[in-house]
Amino acid sequence: MTPTEKRLASGGYLDRAQVLKFMFDGRQYSGFKGDTLASALLASGISLIGRSFKYHRPRGILSAGAEEPNALVTVGAGARREPNLPATMLELAPGLEAASQNNWPSLRFDVQSVNSLFSPLLSSGFYYKTFMGPSGRAWMFYEHSIRKAAGLGKATMMPDPDVYDSRDDFTDVAVVGSGAAGLSAARAAAQAGARVLLIEQDFEIGGRLLSEPAGAAWLSAMRTELEEMANVRIMRRTTAFGLYDGNTLALIEDADPFAGPAMNAGRKTFTLLHAQSIVFATGAIERPMVFSNNDRPGVMLNSAIRAYVNRYAVLPGRNVVIATADDSAYLTAFDLLAHGARVTIADARPLAEPTLLAKAKQMGAEIHLATNVADVKGKYALTGVVLAGKSGTTGVSCDLVGMSAGWSPVLHLTSHQGVKPVYRPEIDAFVPGQLPETQFVAGAAGGSLSVSAAVTEGTSAGRAAAAVAGKAGAVAEAPALEIEERAGPTTVYKPIFGQRKAFVDFQMDVTLDDIQLARREGYESVEHLKRYTTLGMGTDQGKTSNINALKVMAKLRGISIPEAGTTTFRPPYTPVAVGAVAGRATGHHFRPHRLTPIHDWHTANGAQMLEVGLWMRPWFFEASGPDVNTAYVNEMRHVRSAAGIMDISTLGKIDIQGPDAAAFLDRIYANGFASLKVGRARYGVMLRDDGIVFDDGTTTRLGESRFFMTTSTAKAADVLSWLEFLLDTAWPDLRVSVSSVSDEWAGISVAGPESVKILAAAFPEIDFSNEALPHMGLADGTFKDSPLRIIRLSYSGERAYEIYVGASNGGNAWRHLIDVGATYGLKPYGVEALGALRIEKGHVAGPEIDGRTTLSDLGMGRMVAKRSGYVGEALSRREAFQAANRQRLVGLKCTEPGKRLRGGALLFAPGEPLQGHGRGRMTSITYSPELDCYIGLGLLAADFEGDEVIASYPMKNEAVRARVVSPVFLDPAGERMHG
Amino acid sequence: MLRIDCPCCGTRDHSEFRYGGDATVERPACDNPDLDAWYRYVYVRPNPKGLHREYWQHVLGCRQWLVVERDTVTHSIHSVSFSRRQRA
Repeated sequence: MTPTEKRLASGGYLDRAQVLKFMFDGRQYSGFKGDTLASALLASGISLIGRSFKYHRPRGILSAGAEEPNALVTVGAGARREPNLPATMLELAPGLEAASQNNWPSLRFDVQSVNSLFSPLLSSGFYYKTFMGPSGRAWMFYEHSIRKAAGLGKATMMPDPDVYDSRDDFTDVAVVGSGAAGLSAARAAAQAGARVLLIEQDFEIGGRLLSEPAGAAWLSAMRTELEEMANVRIMRRTTAFGLYDGNTLALIEDADPFAGPAMNAGRKTFTLLHAQSIVFATGAIERPMVFSNNDRPGVMLNSAIRAYVNRYAVLPGRNVVIATADDSAYLTAFDLLAHGARVTIADARPLAEPTLLAKAKQMGAEIHLATNVADVKGKYALTGVVLAGKSGTTGVSCDLVGMSAGWSPVLHLTSHQGVKPVYRPEIDAFVPGQLPETQFVAGAAGGSLSVSAAVTEGTSAGRAAAAVAGKAGAVAEAPALEIEERAGPTTVYKPIFGQRKAFVDFQMDVTLDDIQLARREGYESVEHLKRYTTLGMGTDQGKTSNINALKVMAKLRGISIPEAGTTTFRPPYTPVAVGAVAGRATGHHFRPHRLTPIHDWHTANGAQMLEVGLWMRPWFFEASGPDVNTAYVNEMRHVRSAAGIMDISTLGKIDIQGPDAAAFLDRIYANGFASLKVGRARYGVMLRDDGIVFDDGTTTRLGESRFFMTTSTAKAADVLSWLEFLLDTAWPDLRVSVSSVSDEWAGISVAGPESVKILAAAFPEIDFSNEALPHMGLADGTFKDSPLRIIRLSYSGERAYEIYVGASNGGNAWRHLIDVGATYGLKPYGVEALGALRIEKGHVAGPEIDGRTTLSDLGMGRMVAKRSGYVGEALSRREAFQAANRQRLVGLKCTEPGKRLRGGALLFAPGEPLQGHGRGRMTSITYSPELDCYIGLGLLAADFEGDEVIASYPMKNEAVRARVVSPVFLDPAGERMHG
Repeated sequence: MLRIDCPCCGTRDHSEFRYGGDATVERPACDNPDLDAWYRYVYVRPNPKGLHREYWQHVLGCRQWLVVERDTVTHSIHSVSFSRRQRA
């Protein structure tokens, strides 16, 4: 490593023993551990970092922090390519590969920088005015080229190969920011006895103190003290990016690039931090000045120059013009002078703090008061500035310009929950409004720009925050921090109009002219201004531009700054990798998969599985056919001709017990249950309070005061919760208890003409005769020490049995039935065939019970004709539900040979135009091997006259004739299932 | 990001709970045939600004239905009690 000309020989928070090589735009450079990409590039003499968003102007490094609008780079390659990262926040790490953005063919010779010549055309609203036109067609044509020309870095199109973590965390006191205020707050809260979490977005503790050589000893002592306290945790590389209800902070933490490869560690960790109280010690961001060509590489914030000189030991320029409207810039001048740079100060104010002026003079600075920078010379590297003062303009040569127009407290988090910022004229800035009792602000974040105030306020905020968590131990006074103070502005900085290419928002390329144009065209409100000019809409969210824009608009309109308003701050404070929020919940882990006790058999025996809600269910079995359409028809045929076996463990199962259980069921089912005999099952339908059908299932009376309910797979959780709701809130007088037993019982259905023989062979101790176990009857038994419950129920229309067995023996019972049933041709079938069988039989399911249909719509009005007192009764009788034109359940049979029906098709009368919503729709369809044609269930207007409809499916441009028939296509008398 | 202090299980994240709507509306008796009473119970809600009593069920805990007093402006929770106990 040969020291480059801009790196200072000593100083800074660098580990000079660790030389790190890195790549920028294909060339190798080196820096030290402790550098950011920005400081390492500056040290290597690189000041041109990228091209701007709209005009492709050359851009350098403006800041040394998260507010950076210019120095955005793309890091990594391939699937790990990540665009738009501020070089000022990128910790230099071994192997870092970065590239500049928005340039072609190269950073220095960017073809589209000609955009700059056309910039009068590219003003706010240009694209819309030009291309939207009256027809909008021009935009459609040009959009692609325009979007290619404008923009930032390109994201990868490949799946993210990295893993992320997501977690919850808890603390008494959260302290956001580790500058003088944050460290003091954390120390005080911890001494008071609170559990403290100190959060720092940087990889180094200290905030602005890292740029204050005089604060180094204090910082080091504080950091050591905090690191040794057992009740203090420190999170570095962690940004608190959002504040939510109940003092919840959203944090994003970058993994330490120098930590060894941890086992399966996440690249970033997302944390929801639940804090009793929060101290916001987030500091302040310096504002740029607005003058011509203020975006040139080599124009920086004064605070950034200080950070590069003191923290990173980089002297970014040797001949420097310090433009300021703020006393703090003099500290930058002193540091530069101390390192031998030539400094010219252009102070916009007529007067500055006399001691600062005297010291600057004594150290050799040239000082111009009441003087502004009017223009900047040099495109890729600065050659000089034009100063404008009372006595006219003068040219001054320089290689670096510092600027400072005052400080903006970082109040973003404090306003995420709706607390409006308040303008304080004496510091010319917005500060947080009245915060809730559990939130505190300390130091520059609250507008106290002096370091001594940060320590005092931090200490008292820390103490108060600990008290919120009930910790009130003794707090020792913080060690004194002796530092040269910055006093703040004595007059309010106002941008000067009439300057060309004077940028307000660097990232979005919004100039002074653009804001004037917006105002002329009526976009006066800050919110309109933002949307019209895109000001503040970049990845930096206008951290350096919002207040300047507000000031410009206030001045244009001749109103005060608070009258011009402030914009709303929303999370995230800085961009957040979405992958981190998802954590490990991606792909297969996106949500849990529920597996039945028989799952392993299915996967080992050629089942194609299907996600049904959270459940994995067999869709069809490969032995039945090579694809689903062949397989399900074969499985249907097999059930109707021999027997099929189906895993129904996914059904919701609820155990209902208590002396009032029968009365309870009588209320929650629309059809009656009080009369149900012990040992018998009944089909039941539940309504919602609004009279719409909620769910259906069967309930079996196991004893005088005990019932076994099954629900549909989809509604299992909702039904249980609904029953609990009614018992807890409406009818606490009923002595009934409900309990989910869905996971306790495996469920198996055996259906088909051979089913009775199979069950008799499988469970020889049980009598399966019609007399002993009639349709809707119950038989109890045991299987391998597990309880066995066999209910004779039919969903397919065939003679069928539902076999419930303790879940731990579910797989055994299934295999036992498969073995025994082989002789009788028993074969498994999947949900596709199950759904098709029920359509042939005319049973309604999810597509018909869709949250809009009533009992009478579904042809079940007769069930409740003579009943009252059930849930949903009153509103089910409302007039609208009795209307003659309501859509009712019908069967539909395809009458065109070789054609098919489709679910979702709209139904029309023959001859009428196939437009609009039609007279109804097809809800479920299947090919019927029994009828050798496509059949379906549908909802069709009851006043439709005629026996034929046209089923229109516009997506495939199909229109097929279908006959309207009874929804029960098969065995209407039920002879098969009663047997 | 609400934290609900379940009287059975302790303070838990709201993601363990299911929201159950307005707890101030009085459910008509199950055999009440009055259409208007049911209409008001099912559809009419005052949507107050400030304190509001509402049902939450601790589905991933004790499964009790709770009455939670929540401020609709600040989302702060003022009280949590068993619905059953209030009713009985």
